[in-house]
Amino acid sequence: MNQLDFPILSIMLAVPMAAGIACLYLKDEGARWLALIATLVDLALGILLWATFDSSPGAPQWQFQEHVGVFGRFAWALGIDGIALMLIMLTLFLMPICILASWTSIEKRVPEYMAAFMLMEVLMVGTFAAQDLFLFYIFFEGGLIPMYLIIGIWGGANRIYASYKFFLYTLLGSVLMLIAMLWMANYAGTTDIPTLMQTDFPVEAQSWLWLAFFASFAVKVPMWPVHTWLPDAHVQAPTAGSVILAGVLLKLGGYGFIRFSLPMFPEASSALIWLILVLSGVAVVYTSLVALVQNDMKKLIAYSSVAHMAIVTIGLFAFNRQGLEGSMMVMLSHGLVSGALFMCVGVIYDRLHTREIARYGGLSNNMPRYALLFMLFTMASIGLPGTSGFVGEFLSLMGAWQVSSWATAVCTTGIILGACYMLYLYWRIAFGVSDKPDAAAMPDLNGRELISLGAIAAVVLWMGVYPESFLKPMRNDIGSLVARVDRAKPRFDPDFAVGKRRMPTAHAEGEAH
Amino acid sequence: MIQAIVFLPLLAAIVAGLGNRALGNTVAKAITTGALFVSCALSWPIFIDFLSGNAAAQVVPVLQWMKSDDFDVLWSLRVDTLTAVMLVVVTTVSALVHLYSWGYMAEDDSQPRFFAYLSLFTFAMLMLVTADNLVQMFFGWEGVGLASYLLIGFWYHKPSANAAAIKAFVVNRIGDFGFMLGIFGTFLVFGTVSIPEILAAAPGMAGSTMGFLGGRVDTMTLLCLLLFIGACGKSAQLGLHTWLPDAMEGPTPVSALIHAATMVTAGVFMVCRMSPMFEASHTAMTVVTIVGAATALFAATVGTTQTDIKRVIAYSTCSQLGYMFFAAGVGAYGAAMFHLFTHAFFKALLFLGAGSVIHAMHHEQDMRFYGGLRKSIPITFWAMTIGTLAITGVGVAGVFGFAGFYSKDAIIEAAFASGTQIGGIAFAVGVFAALLTSFYSWRLVFLTFFGTPRWAASEHIQHAVHGEHDAPSAEHGDSPHHDVHAPEGTAGYHPHESPWSMLVPLIALSLGAVFAGWVFQRPFLDAEGGAEFWKGSLFFDAHLMHEMHLVPTWVKLSATFAMLAGLLIAWWAYIRDTSVPARFAGTFRGLYAFLLNKWYFDELYNLIFVRPAFALGRLLWKKGDEGTIDRFGPNGAAALVAGTSRVSVRLQSGYVYTYAFVMLIGLAGAATWAIAG
Repeated sequence: MNQLDFPILSIMLAVPMAAGIACLYLKDEGARWLALIATLVDLALGILLWATFDSSPGAPQWQFQEHVGVFGRFAWALGIDGIALMLIMLTLFLMPICILASWTSIEKRVPEYMAAFMLMEVLMVGTFAAQDLFLFYIFFEGGLIPMYLIIGIWGGANRIYASYKFFLYTLLGSVLMLIAMLWMANYAGTTDIPTLMQTDFPVEAQSWLWLAFFASFAVKVPMWPVHTWLPDAHVQAPTAGSVILAGVLLKLGGYGFIRFSLPMFPEASSALIWLILVLSGVAVVYTSLVALVQNDMKKLIAYSSVAHMAIVTIGLFAFNRQGLEGSMMVMLSHGLVSGALFMCVGVIYDRLHTREIARYGGLSNNMPRYALLFMLFTMASIGLPGTSGFVGEFLSLMGAWQVSSWATAVCTTGIILGACYMLYLYWRIAFGVSDKPDAAAMPDLNGRELISLGAIAAVVLWMGVYPESFLKPMRNDIGSLVARVDRAKPRFDPDFAVGKRRMPTAHAEGEAH
Repeated sequence: MIQAIVFLPLLAAIVAGLGNRALGNTVAKAITTGALFVSCALSWPIFIDFLSGNAAAQVVPVLQWMKSDDFDVLWSLRVDTLTAVMLVVVTTVSALVHLYSWGYMAEDDSQPRFFAYLSLFTFAMLMLVTADNLVQMFFGWEGVGLASYLLIGFWYHKPSANAAAIKAFVVNRIGDFGFMLGIFGTFLVFGTVSIPEILAAAPGMAGSTMGFLGGRVDTMTLLCLLLFIGACGKSAQLGLHTWLPDAMEGPTPVSALIHAATMVTAGVFMVCRMSPMFEASHTAMTVVTIVGAATALFAATVGTTQTDIKRVIAYSTCSQLGYMFFAAGVGAYGAAMFHLFTHAFFKALLFLGAGSVIHAMHHEQDMRFYGGLRKSIPITFWAMTIGTLAITGVGVAGVFGFAGFYSKDAIIEAAFASGTQIGGIAFAVGVFAALLTSFYSWRLVFLTFFGTPRWAASEHIQHAVHGEHDAPSAEHGDSPHHDVHAPEGTAGYHPHESPWSMLVPLIALSLGAVFAGWVFQRPFLDAEGGAEFWKGSLFFDAHLMHEMHLVPTWVKLSATFAMLAGLLIAWWAYIRDTSVPARFAGTFRGLYAFLLNKWYFDELYNLIFVRPAFALGRLLWKKGDEGTIDRFGPNGAAALVAGTSRVSVRLQSGYVYTYAFVMLIGLAGAATWAIAG
């Protein structure tokens, strides 16, 4: 069903695709402007999409559906639910900001760079909108190719090692996922994702399928211990590459869990939940401690991403509404906040060309606007109430408690450790004395940077104060997911239901008779 | 009206903070201070309505916040008696501190920023006290933490200020960890985070058990203790107190507002707000009593040896908070709130007085370099003396007493009247801590205002005298002094009394320190008047309050005797024979060092938490990520595939194609399936 008279999702894919191809035939300046305009047009379409999306109770789950048979049973099938809508909005929102962030910092092969970003936008939006299993596979895996190129061509000194590591990790997972997908298509006789989500796969097969998907998604999230590609990839990627990597690519893993693993294999999700709980718990403590001792700004934020994404995974597998809605909010918030933090790094990297924390200090003096926005994003990363970081973290941990108080207690230490490494970072960058002449001479944010960071800051606060705007579109879909997985709901920490009051003896005897 | 009280400070903070240099100092200061005085003027009528019994509790909804299934949280403002008490405390002290800062911060370069932070703090604190649900309380709780962090680190060029700010935030976060788990557990048990609904259901949960960390524990004990961990962090109770003395790195008005009168009392407020919950767990109450009493004693002992004027008052605050907690622990919530109320006035007074002294002494904070100041700064002297009379609890029963006389004595008597063993111990500790309180408070007054001037050895005074007047503000706060036995003399320095903007708040707070106890004792404490006043906004044990008035005379007099003994010892050691302290320190070297080094808490924590965390981080990074995961993961795989050191070169050209190849196989498979189907 489609509320609009035109195939909006296909147009949203076509606009950046066309712009990307056109970029290749333009000069640097023209490519920049075309990319910016195309991403803004897509963002405008996205706002229209959000405005017309029906999130009233009882609304159909899948909206804006399009279906064109290609050959055999393979189809160009698009459609979104509220979860996909929110992630598409995140992508569309970050894209123009990425273009702005690369405006002057990318100097070589600008048209190709912009084309790579346009292709990236097509593939990311496509991943979230795809309703055919193999269409999803193409978008999902294809999205990594422009990322390899962005890191491998426009990256830092050690970019080859970084992109190769990224590739190795991803390869294994994608092969296993592909095999699982073929098996599933064969078993169910369809590649329609909404249908597959209602299919009850045999319980014996579920664990294998779940693990095959897990191999792919866990790398994307990334979960400990398959996270080591992330710090290298971030460090080597150009600023906009980091923003899109942290902002959108990392969300593919979480989206995969919520779209495939949970609804398609509820029993396996329940049986293998210990794996998620242990890996998430380890990730929070482990990567937070590692973040504490980093000397490289980007590495620090990259490690903090791993810790934050662990909150996503623990919330997803809480099998209840708070956990799932919280995880989605963490994903959205992390996309904005870590994107903004990478841009904050990019701003000063553009000026001084180093990511080493010790080369900065006292930036509050010469860059007060920068210091203010950086403080806001630091606080959002720490999860201060009133910012977006809090809402998701709080909900998903609250949901997780109902599954395991142990895992929740371990993951909640993240709020302490997160404060340690982020405030320590902020101290070394923005506070202290301006004793390095080159750092002290850096000018404050220019208009372009101010608009980009200011826009993210506004959304971070909006999401923190009135998260209802973001929770509402997802409510129905998460509700049906909760209903779907309810039958497999795990109960292994001592029964969480509160024990009965000790009854007065006489009363208890009365009941016994 | 309540919306105006709460949101005016926020608005002022935003305007002053974002306007900053564009607005200029005076405009920014006028906006924030004006907003606070309006809030204050609107708050008092609410409080008076509750005093006269005309007002009823109300909740004003503002906006939907989080909604997820049953978990439904609104931004809303609750006004009941307990809130009304906090409203007047917060807005009054904040307004006066804003005014005071006009004088105190007059020479600072970033005044708009300072005033914006102060107003932001006030907003967060007001959100905390008007919270109708635990999550909004947590919002305020973290918001005041943020403001405290920003203000402690206000002079951000100082490494010590940064370290203190981070320490304050992180230690508070440890408390918040407990608070957060407490909220999760509370929601799980009660299915709501609305405070009135929780409190209504709490008695019914007494004795039930729930699963936690693999075992089964008493529900109410668990929830109360988790929440109490939060209270301990914010209110600097023993174990989580280490941030408070360091917080004195912040400007003195901040210490008065945040670290004496308002924020640090949030923990006490929370326990009182949740009092019906705590009443459902005997164990939790016992823990609260023990922690409170231990803190009261610990902080008072440390306070006797400190030489930095602000640190003495900081430890004093810590100790007084301990009193409030053990009052709550024995069930005398009214007494706890009463002490919170009077303490806000006299402790803010003492801090602002200390600020006035520091202002007069050109940023010197070490009392060893004070002496004989009462003639140079007489108004400050009288204000500080009134504050000391109030905190030590001077008064004659049935006639008149200063503020602390009513509130602190009530706590000590309530502990005795509770009749439990723990209550008895708390009573004994309370009396002994009262002696120490009196000793260190009078020691402060005697060292500062009496005797002969010892200013000559102070570096700050030397700077002032030798014309380096506007030395870089790096010398705000304490600088190392090596010379313990300061030579006497004024070095030709003439301290001046502070400007009127600073003296007016001192005078206003002095009135509070003199009369707050005498005027308000009946509504807060009286067995009949109290129940009528509190109207169920906290658990009011009229029976205990009644018992309290019937305790034996020796109990009633014990606090007064302790106070007199402390005064006498201080007089003997710091006026009569000034060689006594040194001789004492020489004789009891170990004890003195133990107290001077604050029971070695910082050293211990550094050894068992801070350094291991960094070491572990490095170990996991180098040996874990790089030494194990990468070595056997991607790097190992690369070595296997390529078997050569030129792996990256080979892969550089090949891997994208390899990847595309795998994708192609996938597509071929999919196509086969599609056609075959």
